[in-house]
Amino acid sequence: MNIVVLVKQIPDPAGPSELEDDYTLDRNCKLILDESDSYGVEIALQLRETSGGGEVTLVSMAPNKEVSGIRTALAMGAEKAILVTDDALSGADALTTAKVLAKAIERAGDYDLVIGATESTDGYVGTVPAAIAELLGLPSVTFAKKIEVQEGKIVVQRQTEAGYDLIEAPLPAMISVTAGVVEPRYPSFKGIMAAKKKPCDIIGVSDLGLDVSAGWGQEILSVEDAPARAAGEKIEDDGESYLKIVEFLENKKII
Amino acid sequence: MPVNPDSTTDEIREELIDTVRRFTARKITPIASDFDAADEYPAEIVAGMKDLGLFGITVPPAYGGLGLDLVTYARVVEELSYGWMSVSGFLNTHFMACFLLMEFGTPEQKTHWLPRLASGEIRAAYSLSEPDAGSDVQAIRTKAMQTGQSYEVNGTKMWLSNGLHAGLVVTLVKTADTDPRHKGMSVLLVEKPPGATHFEGLTVSKKIRKLGYRGLETVEFIFDQHSVPVANLLGGKEGHGFRQMMAAVELGRSNIAARAVGVARRAFDESIRYAQQRKAFGQVIAHHQAIAHKLADMSTKIAAARLLLYDAVQKKDRGERCDLEAGQAKLFASETCWEVVQEAMRIHGGNGYSAEYPIERLYRDAPLMIVGEGTNEIQKNVIAKRLLERHAL
Ligand SMILES: Cc1cc2nc3c(=O)[nH]c(=O)nc-3n(C[C@H](O)[C@H](O)[C@H](O)COP(=O)(O)OP(=O)(O)OC[C@H]3O[C@@H](n4cnc5c(N)ncnc54)[C@H](O)[C@@H]3O)c2cc1C
Repeated sequence: MNIVVLVKQIPDPAGPSELEDDYTLDRNCKLILDESDSYGVEIALQLRETSGGGEVTLVSMAPNKEVSGIRTALAMGAEKAILVTDDALSGADALTTAKVLAKAIERAGDYDLVIGATESTDGYVGTVPAAIAELLGLPSVTFAKKIEVQEGKIVVQRQTEAGYDLIEAPLPAMISVTAGVVEPRYPSFKGIMAAKKKPCDIIGVSDLGLDVSAGWGQEILSVEDAPARAAGEKIEDDGESYLKIVEFLENKKII
Repeated sequence: MPVNPDSTTDEIREELIDTVRRFTARKITPIASDFDAADEYPAEIVAGMKDLGLFGITVPPAYGGLGLDLVTYARVVEELSYGWMSVSGFLNTHFMACFLLMEFGTPEQKTHWLPRLASGEIRAAYSLSEPDAGSDVQAIRTKAMQTGQSYEVNGTKMWLSNGLHAGLVVTLVKTADTDPRHKGMSVLLVEKPPGATHFEGLTVSKKIRKLGYRGLETVEFIFDQHSVPVANLLGGKEGHGFRQMMAAVELGRSNIAARAVGVARRAFDESIRYAQQRKAFGQVIAHHQAIAHKLADMSTKIAAARLLLYDAVQKKDRGERCDLEAGQAKLFASETCWEVVQEAMRIHGGNGYSAEYPIERLYRDAPLMIVGEGTNEIQKNVIAKRLLERHAL
């Protein structure tokens, strides 16, 4: 089974970050594999292993020919990668990103499945996978927590507030997976050493037959700090406080 | 040791180390204190190390390993020890056994053992010490007498780190009474089922209760007419055992220095964070000069220890003699580590003494580095001897 996994390379969330003049994130630093995408990579590797063959191809868009994050995913076991890197894409919005990635996916050859994350750790827009599905004419399944492949179709457990829905879709399909649903493997030392020799096709916008010179529709006008967390509710223990906690949890529909 | 040339570029090494750092942060650091307190073998960590491929780091690719250099090995040890010193111990005796096979093993012994060691299918222990022989290695009494196609081994070995879980124990024995004593010593490749406490004439007679270095078992072996095939004599010739084991100890010294740097770095990182959080007399304690100076001294000494360590291992990687440098690195790094954890204890005040904080574990782990792979007194003897040779009039 051939699977394409979208992998975003982002500035290390643990490190300091800067904004550009247009309020987009400064990406002119070492980028790493977005942890959100490591789940998709793991799921793809598992699906390929159970299907007994095929290839996992990574597709990424990042500035400065950045391959550090791609290399991590190659080290985990993916076969090859396509990287779109182009100054013209600096600050691109989510729809433009989806258009670029969709074209890059088409270059990846025959595929049965495209996997992405629900949202990236640095942008949190969360529309790219669905937009790609639309552009490629694929069925889109979101919030996947478990994926099983059967004769020509996939059966997906789609996470909901109450539990999950069971969804079937024909192949090929676009699936976005929820963070934390599998434990991504650590790349082995052998994998890391082999990753350097795996093919990574680095291309620009024109190689995809796209023209982005007209820019994009989205503009960020301002950015504000997230509001500080409101002070929690304090419950004094008068011997009956557990009742208040039970009530609180019931209101939140946790129990 | 042959090094895989296209695999030790700085860039790849950083990726490898970064992976170990993440593994340590997620899998080791969070559970170290609990497993230490229970003195429990962390089977999951060992399995993870196997998946990463750590047991074959230095074994040549021809035998299924990665053929990486000692600098990379030392960096790995440093990172694992940063999380929990015991975890680096799973590698050390194994690494020394691999070295002995690579350096002195017959072709048959290499093909028989190295692939299984490289994959981590079996792990190895390393046995010199006995109840009455530690620093004075030549005082060992365990005897191996050849009868036909096997040796009959009798005696007691002590301080076998990884002795229970190992499938191979490289063991120094006396095969003849000679003068000088070391000429009658040989290394036997003792095979046993991992985890077994009794195997033919071999008994794992005791698990030693220890101050630190817990989670990893250190045991005592009794050999009672235990039979080892002649084919398991390292290198196929008697009388070379002492020299062989000492060559491995030299590597072990760099290993101890790397551990010491890892533990000291952890103590420093914990301290500099704590010192900026804990307040006393209206300010964070880092702003009291007495504490700030401690941090300055700790960091300076750790940096120096690290430089000595990597100077020694780089020399070894280049194929140069480095016994002096490895001895100096071991001596300085282990003493530095011990000083640094004591300072960390002071900086943490009462919390340093509490098992809620990692400092008390580091404090119990650090002294081993002063004793292991040759005590620091012996280290000074070795260093001084070498210096006097080098500067002979
Ligand atoms: C936790 C732990 C794990 C270990 N794991 C292993 C292992 O896996 N395999 C193994 O073979 N061994 C192992 N050892 C044993 C270790 O190598 C010895 O403890 C060490 O070599 C010291 O020997 P000793 O304990 O007999 O001390 P001794 O040799 O009795 O030394 C006692 C004191 O006398 C000093 N001394 C001795 N001779 C001299 C001298 N000539 N000049 C100056 N001072 C001297 C020493 O420095 C020390 O201070 C382990 C030890 C520990 C504590």
